[in-house]
Amino acid sequence: MVKSIMIVGVGGQGTLLASRILGNTVIREGYDVKVSEVHGMSQRGGSVVTYVKYGDKVYSPTIDKGEADLILAFEILEAARALPYLKSNGTMIANTGQINPMPVITGAAEYPENLAGKLEKKTNLIKLDALSLAEKAGNIKTVNVVLIGVLAKNSEIPYEKWVETIKETVPEKFLDVNLKAFEIGYNV
Amino acid sequence: MKKLLLGNAAVARGAYEAGVRVVASYPGTPSTEITESIVEYPEIYAEWSPNEKVAAEVAIGASIAGARSMSCMKHVGLNVMADPVFTAAYTGVNAGLVFCVADDPGMHSSQNEQDSRHYARASKIPMLEPSDSSECKEFTKLAFDLSEKFDTPVFLRLSTRISHSQSLVELNEREHDELKPYEKNPAKYVMMPGNAIKRHVDVEKRLEALKEYSENAEINKAEINSEDIGVICGGTTYLYAHEALGESVSYFKIGMIYPFPDKAVIEFAKKHKKVFVIEELDPVIETQCRALGIDVIGKERFTLLGEYTPALIKKAVLGAEIPDDNCLEESLPARPPVMCAGCPHRGTFYVLKKLGLTVSGDIGCYTLGAVPPLSSLDTTICMGASVSAAHGMAKARGMEFNKKLVSVIGDSTFMHSGITGLTDIVYNKGANTVIILDNSITGMTGHQENPTTGYTIRGEETKQVNLIALCKSLGVEHVVVADPFDIKEFERVVKEETNREEPSVIIAQRPCALLKRVKYSGHCVIGENCKNCKMCMKLGCPAISVKDDKVVIDKTQCNGCGLCVNVCPFGAISKED
Repeated sequence: MVKSIMIVGVGGQGTLLASRILGNTVIREGYDVKVSEVHGMSQRGGSVVTYVKYGDKVYSPTIDKGEADLILAFEILEAARALPYLKSNGTMIANTGQINPMPVITGAAEYPENLAGKLEKKTNLIKLDALSLAEKAGNIKTVNVVLIGVLAKNSEIPYEKWVETIKETVPEKFLDVNLKAFEIGYNV
Repeated sequence: MKKLLLGNAAVARGAYEAGVRVVASYPGTPSTEITESIVEYPEIYAEWSPNEKVAAEVAIGASIAGARSMSCMKHVGLNVMADPVFTAAYTGVNAGLVFCVADDPGMHSSQNEQDSRHYARASKIPMLEPSDSSECKEFTKLAFDLSEKFDTPVFLRLSTRISHSQSLVELNEREHDELKPYEKNPAKYVMMPGNAIKRHVDVEKRLEALKEYSENAEINKAEINSEDIGVICGGTTYLYAHEALGESVSYFKIGMIYPFPDKAVIEFAKKHKKVFVIEELDPVIETQCRALGIDVIGKERFTLLGEYTPALIKKAVLGAEIPDDNCLEESLPARPPVMCAGCPHRGTFYVLKKLGLTVSGDIGCYTLGAVPPLSSLDTTICMGASVSAAHGMAKARGMEFNKKLVSVIGDSTFMHSGITGLTDIVYNKGANTVIILDNSITGMTGHQENPTTGYTIRGEETKQVNLIALCKSLGVEHVVVADPFDIKEFERVVKEETNREEPSVIIAQRPCALLKRVKYSGHCVIGENCKNCKMCMKLGCPAISVKDDKVVIDKTQCNGCGLCVNVCPFGAISKED
């Protein structure tokens, strides 16, 4: 049995750190794991997609349409874009924050209205305003760890294993604020 | 101990365990992290060379001198280094020598989708292709052993999904750390015709021996599960095929793509009623199978374009339909990559667009100057082509055209292969204006040092190339440094330099906004006197957008660089802390 999780967002939002925390947490549980990442500054500001798959034995590092058990979306338009990848009974965790893509900025396209409402009709949606929760934690840059907290709550992996990985991954001086952000996300 | 490692980091680990002592590379997505990971091992000398040709030559020299050596590059980098590589096939090696090339099917971050497997046959160099991080490490070590055993450089071929996927790797100790003795041997290392003719005989003999090795190599392996369908695949497609087809079919996993294990594959094919070849990009395995008289199903069912997926394979092999998408009824706006808030290139392209110039572009973050609203670039071909292609344009269309033409090239790209183009302009009486976008770093591949930054790959201080003195020494008399955020002055400089009937260089100097030392503060705000003229929208800044027909600046996106303050004709934008 392989579990497939997609992390989507906008380049520069910290999706890479989130997928690494997830990847390094599931290996604590003895699973085989593959994490497929997107690298390079050239992706800044663009749509970015990371796949994390774990189970007894994982072959492909990528996830096909209709195959994701869970999607963690850092931005609501990216959540909508990733929807075709979600299993019919899958769960979508989405930050409701909006980041305008360039075609919207230039006026060539409009940012769709009420995406959260539309997604709710199509899927099990857990929505949250991760930015204000990160502010509550004390640093707006912890949006990604807030979201990891929500993911943790919706996974079968014990709380402590996540905390262990965060302690190993995050630099000492940012540890407290990140643990707080994780806690806040976990209790959403 | 098992660790989750990127394919690229696993190659670096393999090199470390294999006792590699010298690694020289030029950054290029998706290969960059191999050499960045090498830096974690103090036992290994690592460098960013000015370009891939130099990097390959450094590795070749180190191998001849007795050190196991490696050079890593993206697929198009292999084109740059092809010259020494083809002759290194003739000289062979003293200590092990590996060229690690990473292709980019799907062109996540590249200008073409070439299949570097063709290079193996063309250069007569054996090529290995791993499928995951664990194999990345093991195949790297094997590549060094084969290199020494058969006296040949060895290619290790990766692709974006292998390079940028993490999977579990068992770590071992460094196994081999001796420098081999160096002996002068001109018959082997001086490739003039008299010697090279003899070495070619050795190359062909060596290929025979390698072919024998490939037939029985453990990394070319059959997994027999069925008598009906056999699948020949390698690298990424082994993973995708296994995911899609499980144990309902047999597999022949090609770990050594060249020389090809002909007999083993013929044997495998005989055991199956139908044989599929599944490979991304070109029909390299398929062509070989057909030449061997094997009746295979290949590119008539599979695309030549982009990356494969398990679903695509299921459809092609089993005819399984891809289920309908669960998606919203409306179309969603695309989100292409954009220049960051505070990007120094934004000022440059704003001015070039305003002046309506023809812009000969190059490879870097600034290639994004091609997309709306800046829409500045006319061409992008390869590293360095901005300079030499503009020279060709000017020679084709004459001086008046030349006065409305500029080249834009980054600092690292200029060092890579812009200098020769500029030399050509001066030598052949051109009159081009070249703008060097000096942002003090190699940006697009994720901040690597280069000869103009004054630091080495390990962050040690070193001599810094003086771009002004360099251009002047080539014979360019007009070299001007200008700040692309000082819009008025920058525009004046561009007009003045393009009007000249002799070569000129503008060094557009402002560091990348993402460098740690760059400290913009606060953010910009729009005041009451905004006339809603939307001039600032022409910058294509991700922080500025229109809400309810009013221009607004998003505080969380803005880094306070102040470029919009300089652009606003009514002085309506100011900076706040």
